[in-house]
Amino acid sequence: MTTAIIDTSTANIASVRFALERLDAPYVLAREPDDARGADRLILPGVGAAGPAMARLRATGWADALRTENRPVLGLCLGMQLLFEVSEEGGAPIPLLTLIPGRVERLNPGGAGPWPHMGWNALDDLAPDEPLLEGISPGERVYFVHGYRVAPGPFTRATALYGEPVTAIARKGNVAGCQFHPERSAKVGARILSNFIRASS
Amino acid sequence: MLAKRIIPCLDVKDGRVVKGVRFADHVDVGGIEDLARRYAEEGADELVFYDIAASPEGREVEPEWVGRVARAIDIPFCVAGGIRSVDAARARLFAGADKISVNTPALKNPDLIDALAKEFGSQCVVVGVDSRVIEGEWRTHQNTGDPGRTEIGHRRTLDWIAEATGRGAGEIVLNCMDQDGVREGYDIDQLAAARAVCPVPLIASGGAGAMEHFADVFGRAEVDGALAASVFHRAVIAIPDLKRWLADQGVEVRL
Repeated sequence: MTTAIIDTSTANIASVRFALERLDAPYVLAREPDDARGADRLILPGVGAAGPAMARLRATGWADALRTENRPVLGLCLGMQLLFEVSEEGGAPIPLLTLIPGRVERLNPGGAGPWPHMGWNALDDLAPDEPLLEGISPGERVYFVHGYRVAPGPFTRATALYGEPVTAIARKGNVAGCQFHPERSAKVGARILSNFIRASS
Repeated sequence: MLAKRIIPCLDVKDGRVVKGVRFADHVDVGGIEDLARRYAEEGADELVFYDIAASPEGREVEPEWVGRVARAIDIPFCVAGGIRSVDAARARLFAGADKISVNTPALKNPDLIDALAKEFGSQCVVVGVDSRVIEGEWRTHQNTGDPGRTEIGHRRTLDWIAEATGRGAGEIVLNCMDQDGVREGYDIDQLAAARAVCPVPLIASGGAGAMEHFADVFGRAEVDGALAASVFHRAVIAIPDLKRWLADQGVEVRL
């Protein structure tokens, strides 16, 4: 049971590594798809901007490899957004991995508070059959830091509300993502990561 | 709904957590990881570490304790102190810090904020603002570890907050120095004025002495988080008690 952390060269990789260490879960850092050959599941971490992240995934071969991936995949924060079709971040639309249908658009908090969405928010609309959410109850809080969102749709498995609803967890088949940072979300986040790592498929 | 954040601040000097009153007379209050772990377990929403000796001495090497803290705790934390380059920020972020905070170096070289936001995204770029009344106005103060080294003029605090967020700062920590360490309450007037010009999350710092002060600053200045040090280090207020009390007052908190 080894998890490959896809090395996106972004800053939250250390936090993800340490979170897996706290769970006693073995992992490898995978710069290229070949580095993950021995792993049975993949984590796609990411913070920062979508454009440079996609450029890196294309350069390392991951963009192609992920399109035919059968193992469980978990995208975190920007890593979740990259799973969708297109991002409106910046000016021109940025093509993404297109593993889950949906668009990434600028979050509009309205009067709910400042932009970006930063802090501990409550999970809501939990899909009862979502394996990542086993042992998690509505209203439990996780740590979000993001300025763009995916509007809730058919692949949304949990939401959070910040002026408008945000897809907090998405899934299509073996590919799932968390908009929040489970690696920095205390016991609730550890449970979600543990659910991913211990899941049988 | 988004929870208001309670943020213990740990001033780090020579590898230990210290606390001073009005930025002087530092007293040792404990080991870095021990305190970090304790606060995380008690329900702190985030931690801030200030390497307080870093800026005046011109140091910017990666403090080795950043990685140790990242391993020890499962909540976000921010590292501040002496970060004056993209490389220095990268070292701390890649060691496991979630955010970096710049203060004096940003005042001296505001382009640093743009460069950091472009490289890492605004979400991990915090600008710390030390502010006090100078000649009848709220103005920024810098190099707080060594008054002899202040080099440039004191900017108007509200102008600086607007400029810093315009350049890409993703969060502002406003430390009201006239209140720091004296536990008489946050500077509500100054924080409310800052709120009005700050489009990103705003964190109050300086003056927490009682649970009422937290309710006050969330209610009246509409800040997103409240930072405090001595009341937590000296066990004047226990974080679990504070959060339960705030919830009873109708403040949205993570319990």
